[in-house]
Amino acid sequence: MSLVLNEEQSYLKDTARDFAKNKTPVSHFRGVRDSENPECFDREIWKEMANLGWSGILIPEEYGGSDFGVAGIGVIFEELGRTLTPSPMFSTAVVCASLIKEAGNEDQKKEYLTKIASGEMTLAFALEESSRHSPTNLETTAKKDGDSYIINGKKTFVLDGGFADFLIIAADTGKGTSLFIASKDAKGIDIKVTPMVDSRNAANISFKDLKLSSSNLIGEENGSDQIIEEVLDISRSVISAEMFGGIQEAFDVTLNYLKERDQFGTKIGSFQALQHRAAIMFSEIELCKSCVLESLTSFDEGSNDIPRLASLAKAKIGEVFHLVSNEAVQMHGGIGVTDEYDIGFYLKRARVAEQIFGNVQFHKDRYAELTGY
Amino acid sequence: MSDLNAFRNETRDWLEANCPESMRTPMSQGDVVWGGRKVEFKDPDQKLWMDRMGEKGWTCPTWPKEYGGGGLNFEENKVLQEELMRIKARPALNSFGIWMLGPALLEYGTEEQKMQHIPKIVKGEIRWCQGYSEPGSGSDLASLKTKAEDQGDEYLINGQKVWTSYADECDMIFTLVRTGPLEPKHEGISFLLIDMDQEGVTTKPIKLISGKSPFCETFFDNATAPKENLVGGLNKGWSVAKRLLQFERNMIAGMGFGSASSGSSKKSDAKPSSGLATMAKRYVGEKEDKLNDSGLRNKIIDHDMNSQAFALTLRRAAEESKKSNQGPSAASSIFKYYGTEHNKLRYEIMLEAMGTNALGWDGAEFGPEELAITREWLRTKANSIEGGTSEVQLNVISKRVLELPQ
Repeated sequence: MSLVLNEEQSYLKDTARDFAKNKTPVSHFRGVRDSENPECFDREIWKEMANLGWSGILIPEEYGGSDFGVAGIGVIFEELGRTLTPSPMFSTAVVCASLIKEAGNEDQKKEYLTKIASGEMTLAFALEESSRHSPTNLETTAKKDGDSYIINGKKTFVLDGGFADFLIIAADTGKGTSLFIASKDAKGIDIKVTPMVDSRNAANISFKDLKLSSSNLIGEENGSDQIIEEVLDISRSVISAEMFGGIQEAFDVTLNYLKERDQFGTKIGSFQALQHRAAIMFSEIELCKSCVLESLTSFDEGSNDIPRLASLAKAKIGEVFHLVSNEAVQMHGGIGVTDEYDIGFYLKRARVAEQIFGNVQFHKDRYAELTGY
Repeated sequence: MSDLNAFRNETRDWLEANCPESMRTPMSQGDVVWGGRKVEFKDPDQKLWMDRMGEKGWTCPTWPKEYGGGGLNFEENKVLQEELMRIKARPALNSFGIWMLGPALLEYGTEEQKMQHIPKIVKGEIRWCQGYSEPGSGSDLASLKTKAEDQGDEYLINGQKVWTSYADECDMIFTLVRTGPLEPKHEGISFLLIDMDQEGVTTKPIKLISGKSPFCETFFDNATAPKENLVGGLNKGWSVAKRLLQFERNMIAGMGFGSASSGSSKKSDAKPSSGLATMAKRYVGEKEDKLNDSGLRNKIIDHDMNSQAFALTLRRAAEESKKSNQGPSAASSIFKYYGTEHNKLRYEIMLEAMGTNALGWDGAEFGPEELAITREWLRTKANSIEGGTSEVQLNVISKRVLELPQ
């Protein structure tokens, strides 16, 4: 796979960088957080992002998207990750758009993908059921009842689940997993917002005798396990790109601090105890960059190693975001643990993002299994 | 593209016709061909293969044709390497001349110096070693004291070098010598080429913890070198040395990554596998398809993932420098540090897997592969010392890349 960006990807990245710098610097995130807006994002900003075409990057042209590919949306997320830009783009335009694109029928694609691309609809994927990522052996069930399905169960850590217009629900249908789409207002859905440490939107959602018609089934009954895996890998790769943006920004900010802060009559960056740790972080960041790029391009260029590369990226980036966010706080000293200073935001985001679709150990284990041990 | 295909076909035909069958078999450490005046071939095919490749310039495929190199561009060289790999050809020639001196001469040498020395490196006629470190000048290399005094037509050299690789088997040595005793330490150093076949030069092997002696001490007692052997100008040796150190560090960083296939961009149907895990399974067994030692398994996972990440980064650096047509990318500054630390860790993991089987020194109770791993493990400890210690590498990254205050 190519490890340097093509012209199109470079253009998207530059556009996203300008956008993040001018429209959504970290002060934007802080403002949204302090406004106590329960949605945890700014609808005006989301509209602008959609107008730039970002919500349609993974969507084919016939449904109003641009089909620029996973690497295209990945480089945008990397830039948005630098400034911690909050938006429903990940759940809506990456996870749910991919699920519908891969599993949906023509009517569903027309209905949902078009509205995702235009930015008028947000969606969330209700998958997780426990505090650690576990995409198989679901306890949420969907029982067939004539032409309908009755869904019961409880989901947790549903990203953007607190406000999304529609939910895609993964449920056990006896011989496999099936996907259903439902309006958030449907009878039988109970949404409890869970304020998270990173000030982004997530929810616990329970279903009590939620009745859906068979037209709400996305894909084949019992047939979505493989599609979920494939979409999870796309999502893991893209969230890794976002995390990689956060890593770079936290590192750059810290590096500047080392060059500015005086103690003992000299810049603290002249101390070897700090220099070597910074150099080690730099080395790790260089490795991360290669892992993210290889994983992102593996989808668009048709690799046969996609799952392993996604796990490599998610595990490596998770580990290094841990390292860099901890060191960033430590190297800032006292101000690093104040709310007034931004660096703590990266620590908080690092931990939540690590949990998304598998933490470091989950992906290490998966990497080994895929390698035959 | 069709040009490249034509080149591939020609290359394939030529290799089929010219690479002896015996040179397509796996080799051991002792089969490495280094060339030079004192070379002893274990097998006449080694000489045949070296001579044929040298004649074609393919021992140094990307070097300019006018100095005997192959004159290949990036893409052509990639094809050549792929075709060599396809028939599992052994390297026809290895040498410090190829890895280090040649690239530095091509940048800093005069036309006469290039004409005199480069073709002999390509053909394996001269074997070079490196004289940098001294007993009192390790990490602080610029404090070196070996002096070269101007005697009109030639320099008179006195002093001692240490860690000169294979000096006892070499013909020539490229050295850093002090030519400006009164100048600030970095500005009084010159880069000088010295013939070792003279009375004033003697060598003495150093026995290492591995029991082997890949390094020597080299003594200069009134040795001489002609004036034209000074490279890069009087007292300008430090620039040449720094550049050459980059080549050296890249070479050391690449050790242990000869088969980093995970970095390949090629689509392959081969199932991913792990050399470390395969080996560890032999010693600790499996339970439900997983390595039967979860602590060891985790270490192997970390190592495998980092191997892949590192191989990808080597590839990315190559793609980046090709695209920008500039020097090495920023990523390359980590190669020496990361590659050597990673390689040391690899051997520690092997030792952990093998237990006491990895701790034998001698005798038939241990397998030859096991004994070799023990010695290699000890040898890896020098990886993060030679060519600039890991600590020096981190200093370099801090200073040159991160631009932290000094």
